Amino acid sequence: MHAPDQDTILAVRNLSVRFGRLARPAVENVSFDLKAERLGIVGESGSGKSTLGRAVMRLLPPIGRVDADTLNFDGLDLLTAKEKQMRNLRGNRMALIMQDPRYSLNPVLPIGKQVAEAAILHLNVGKAEAYKMAETMLERVRITDIERTMKLYPHQISGGMGQRVMIAMMLLAKPRMVIADEPTSALDVSVRGDVLKLLDELVRENNAGLMLISHDIRMVAAFCERIMVMYKGRVVETLTSLEEAQHPYTRGLIAAMPDLHSPVRRLKTLDRNAIDAVEARP
Amino acid sequence: MIDVQDLSVSFGSGASAKQVVKGVSFSVTKGETLGIVGESGCGKSTVLRSLAGLDRHWTGTINLDGTDVDKDRTREQMLLTQMVFQDPYGSIHPRHRISRVLAEPIRAMDRGKGWDKVAAALEQVGLPAAFADRFPHQLSGGQRQRVAIARALMLEPEIILLDEPTSALDVSVQAEVLNLLADLKEARQLTYVLVSHDLSVIAHMCDRVLVMKSGVFVDELTKEDLYEGRTHHDYSRMLFEASAL
Repeated sequence: MHAPDQDTILAVRNLSVRFGRLARPAVENVSFDLKAERLGIVGESGSGKSTLGRAVMRLLPPIGRVDADTLNFDGLDLLTAKEKQMRNLRGNRMALIMQDPRYSLNPVLPIGKQVAEAAILHLNVGKAEAYKMAETMLERVRITDIERTMKLYPHQISGGMGQRVMIAMMLLAKPRMVIADEPTSALDVSVRGDVLKLLDELVRENNAGLMLISHDIRMVAAFCERIMVMYKGRVVETLTSLEEAQHPYTRGLIAAMPDLHSPVRRLKTLDRNAIDAVEARP
Repeated sequence: MIDVQDLSVSFGSGASAKQVVKGVSFSVTKGETLGIVGESGCGKSTVLRSLAGLDRHWTGTINLDGTDVDKDRTREQMLLTQMVFQDPYGSIHPRHRISRVLAEPIRAMDRGKGWDKVAAALEQVGLPAAFADRFPHQLSGGQRQRVAIARALMLEPEIILLDEPTSALDVSVQAEVLNLLADLKEARQLTYVLVSHDLSVIAHMCDRVLVMKSGVFVDELTKEDLYEGRTHHDYSRMLFEASAL
């Protein structure tokens, strides 16, 4: 499927996350490799998909303990990395795009300043040059009238535009890995496609790896080369297309979505007892 | 059941006035589900809020169940419609127990105390009656949306207005809530107006769909049109292609 010369960007072996003294881990024994590809992570709320993304970036609060045999990013062991090293990586070599631009942009800084700040922090450039880079990057994410937009505050722009600004900010430093956590679920259907295409285009250009976290299995399937399906903290299946789905949970998720082209009178709901029987824990 | 003629809504006044809904007319027959689909800001929720009586500065005529309703509704007119909102986290009082949330419409309309109806109301939306003593934060999003639906049914209205009822929910929970809405409709002969930006949800639930853009309806699609992908306007085709992603 992949050319053998492609380097692994992120290697994860048996990653588990435990919160406090809870007996059941939030993420349990997850292993995967991320190359310069698009990997989708799908599951319901509470399945541990966002926790996995944050564990990889070491962004969990101290109460969340991360254990793994291997957590290797681009040759660096993230488990033993110091906070200072992590801070150099985040936003620079690895980037996180969150769900709602209204909450992830700083409300009291103009757009231009925020994007330029990313350049100043990560690329060691002066202020004038940083603003120029911000301008080019905003142009790349197809924002028109850049001069005006750079002076606007986050509440003055639409959600789709905000998410494009986030993408510009996160991809300005040309990261090796991008984790997009529900990047389109706060957006209108009509701009969703554009934002995804844009994200894909920029990630490919940098030859980076993309982890797309979402609950929308159909969108992920249309967009990603591989799909990891998570249920209760475990990966139940890794697929390359929806047709391969074997696990009752994956099939349930697909059947639960109303489909424009194949109408049903009643939607199928998840039979959680059957899933738990398959997933029975020792 | 619902007949709306020339409904217009504007916000602001003078030079800064913005007309959000521009003279729309539509009607819904009894037992029908009408869908309204469009992007954020196109005015679809405003239409719904005017129908519910929450917005009072509309012009035109709204006829519900044979009576022309006033801008300030009388008690009888208020009883005709109930609304279910998008966000189950925001639409239920965080410091009231579920029993109080459900009894409140009955008390507000002076129809008794309402406590005795709580258990039945919970069971009809598939929740255990013991949930009456819980607070909203002890319920999941899907359970809360079920409570919101139960609350809307407390006064036995004939028309339910649904404003993006499942967009805050997981797909698996969305399926459960949509099935519940379909069952209730069948059992009680309800009339629904469903607003959403998700065409696949609309196509699943509705008999007829109006496509809204910048305050006017640009297209009307039947169930058959939706399944066969027939559209009569560029904008609805664009929406169609975007949802087929």
